[in-house]
Amino acid sequence: MSAPDTAQAGPAAARLSGVQQALTALLRSPSGAVGLAIVLLLVIAAVFAPLIAPHDPLRMASGPRLSPPSAAHWMGTDQLGRDMFSRVVFGARLTLQIGVIAVGISLTSGLLLGLVAGYAGGWTERVLMRLVDVLFSFTEIVIALACLAILGVGLVNAMIAIGIASIPFYARITHSVVLVEKNKPYFEAAIAAGASRLRLIFVHLLPNVIPTLIVVGTLGVSTAVLAAAGLSFLGLGAQPPQPEWGFMLSSSRDLIARAPWMMIFPGLAIAITVLGFNLLGDGVREVLDPRQRAR
Amino acid sequence: MTAPLLQVEGLTVAFGHGAGRNVAVDDLSYTLEAGETLAIVGESGSGKSVSSMALLGLLPPRSARIESGVARFRGTDLLHLPERELRAVRGNRIAMIFQEPMTSLTPVLRIGQQITEALVEHRGLSLRDAREKALETLRLVDLSDPPRRMQQFPHELSGGMRQRVMIAMAMALEPDILIADEPTTALDVTVQAQILDLMRDVQARFGTAILLITHDMGVVAEMAERVVVMNKGRKVEDGPVDAIFARPRADYTRRLLAAVPRLGARASEDGPRPTVADPAHPGDDVLRAEGLGKTFAGRGRLFGRAAGTVAMDDVGFTVRAGETLALVGESGSGKSTSGRAVLRLIEVDRGRIDLEGEDMRALPQRSLRRARRAMQMVFQDPFAALNPRMSVGRLIGEPMQIHGIARGADLKDHVAELLRRVGLEADHMRRFPHEFSGGQRQRICIARALGVRPKLIVADEPTSALDVSVQAQVLDLMLELQQSLGLGYLFISHDMAVVEEMAHRVAVMRQGRIVEMGPRRAVLGAPRHPYTAALLAAVPRPDPTAQRPKLPQLDLGTIPMGPLAEAAPGHWVAT
Repeated sequence: MSAPDTAQAGPAAARLSGVQQALTALLRSPSGAVGLAIVLLLVIAAVFAPLIAPHDPLRMASGPRLSPPSAAHWMGTDQLGRDMFSRVVFGARLTLQIGVIAVGISLTSGLLLGLVAGYAGGWTERVLMRLVDVLFSFTEIVIALACLAILGVGLVNAMIAIGIASIPFYARITHSVVLVEKNKPYFEAAIAAGASRLRLIFVHLLPNVIPTLIVVGTLGVSTAVLAAAGLSFLGLGAQPPQPEWGFMLSSSRDLIARAPWMMIFPGLAIAITVLGFNLLGDGVREVLDPRQRAR
Repeated sequence: MTAPLLQVEGLTVAFGHGAGRNVAVDDLSYTLEAGETLAIVGESGSGKSVSSMALLGLLPPRSARIESGVARFRGTDLLHLPERELRAVRGNRIAMIFQEPMTSLTPVLRIGQQITEALVEHRGLSLRDAREKALETLRLVDLSDPPRRMQQFPHELSGGMRQRVMIAMAMALEPDILIADEPTTALDVTVQAQILDLMRDVQARFGTAILLITHDMGVVAEMAERVVVMNKGRKVEDGPVDAIFARPRADYTRRLLAAVPRLGARASEDGPRPTVADPAHPGDDVLRAEGLGKTFAGRGRLFGRAAGTVAMDDVGFTVRAGETLALVGESGSGKSTSGRAVLRLIEVDRGRIDLEGEDMRALPQRSLRRARRAMQMVFQDPFAALNPRMSVGRLIGEPMQIHGIARGADLKDHVAELLRRVGLEADHMRRFPHEFSGGQRQRICIARALGVRPKLIVADEPTSALDVSVQAQVLDLMLELQQSLGLGYLFISHDMAVVEEMAHRVAVMRQGRIVEMGPRRAVLGAPRHPYTAALLAAVPRPDPTAQRPKLPQLDLGTIPMGPLAEAAPGHWVAT
């Protein structure tokens, strides 16, 4: 017709950077905004823990033993007289470490495995993915326990163990996304253009796989935090006197009737953190979902 | 004068609210008389589908809203009917068939169940009577062996058979109105002709009024008595079909009709229309393919494999510089496989592919990557063919970067030059594919292919995802590029009218074999193979005064499918 070929999108869309656009969209979704707020709160608590916490989380007898929440000790004290509020605030540091390190390990290894298997196809794919299937047939916690048996107990080892245990999950997701992307015409177009293997993988596949993995990874942080809390509760993760939430829960077990605050506050912290990362993950999914993007 | 069967007045439908409000249908009015066929035609985004979905309350809830209008049908206003009463009308008095017959049938229910369900629901028939009635309608739509079809699942039927089932389902209740939304767009041309015949037949028998929604002027000319032309949500013009085609009043209609390729328009010319002053003439062979064969492996079983599908069998052709060879055929004919095989995007089992005298199949991976410079591809769906996460500048620059043609500022200049060459602007390079229209995206794909100065471009249905007016522009661009740069095109298409415009020579494929190949004028003008003749006869003519010739009966058992023999100089026909 006369000029149906004029550009449709205004220049404004092009000027905003991608990050800015994503952030605005994230804040517009209710779950994304709430999730982001909770996670930000957690990060602030972790970074400024020494400024926020009124007491040294490790110092015993900061106050009387097992005192209920009061103006002096907002969340009460534990059986050694340590300030619970300070311990919960410092716990945020450990929790974030757990989340980032565990997910970091599983995400990068899973990504690599899935990418190689999906791109290569044939025997490489069959061997790698069957291996992943075998690992997948065990519960994550069993694999984590096995890893801890080899590595020895401790919080850092627990993070590594959790990271290793969830590799199969990420590998499978990456693999399935790669299979979908690999069959899209743009990938064929890149082959036809003469692109090398590295270019095909890193320029064409990777950027199209990563959005999905960001979503899964965000959700995965909450799983990792829960798993670490579980291991610490069993005494395989954090060791005394580390202020780790799961460990705090486990040490409050015998005092549940006398000092319920020792259980309530770390438990709440875990619950809110998990909720926060889940909401953030949902929000990110809404933003990155290809169906939401205009064709 | 009695009231019309359906009277739509001032229908306005919008998506979104406030600043994001987007009017899809704007103040649309039309009438549909009992027993007539009214076609609503328009390009994508014209609101033709949305307006008919609104009638049946099928708009996506929450996002779309009917803002005003009435649709009077038998004394009630469809647009303001409560959902429960609307359900009694939907499928009962007004039935609908869709473009994609696979997705509009429930995959997990047998055909029989799906037809009888509506009869039990709306007519209160007993299951036994409903089954009788269902069998009767399946017979009516000419499905072979109706009792067996009743027991089958949708995936066991072909596309044409599924559309017949859809029509049977729609007609089982003998509705007053049949809304057909692009009913034949997903079908092959010979199947399309059969389905259109069937719809006419059914209409004559039941006196059903048909509301036909389509973008295809050929289908309109063949089916409609009256036409409503829509553009960007508004009605541009309406009238009897002869008047619309012979004396269009609106500019838009005129341009639309002018853009429609007409089979036979270049019947007396040897080559495509010249678009530059001194067009390049076909030169030496660029591509020579011989005896290509490819069998896709069957699905792996526990022991051994199922028999494979033969996609290509003894396929051979040549493409000269500055020449277009069109590969035509229906779905599953192996035309796309052949195109990909030439580029070695699919490895063939047998045969030889020479590109400028170099045996492509003998090349090791490394040299193959270098050799890809000489051959590029343009895809059917330009959006899918562009990596959504790369800017247009990077997309167009990539092949040049790979082959070391340019880098840095030089590369940027090249990209800008290419963008201008295909009719876009240089500063489009900063944008991303989703910011462009379909036609612009195909121009981007063409620019990307041109960057490495290829000798051969394989174009796989390059315009079939585009609107007809945009198609005309893209075809123009391709002709102009060929004539000024001397490109060889392997042009894969199912659209005979487009092929006539583009091709110097034509190869007709059926079931993985070439059945006829020769100069375009001879093959399309005087086909020597019965299948070619059948294909040509099935093409709907965008001219209401022309009668489509009766479909020749193809006896599938005796169609010659053997090796090619030269019937006339350069004209080969299967024996």
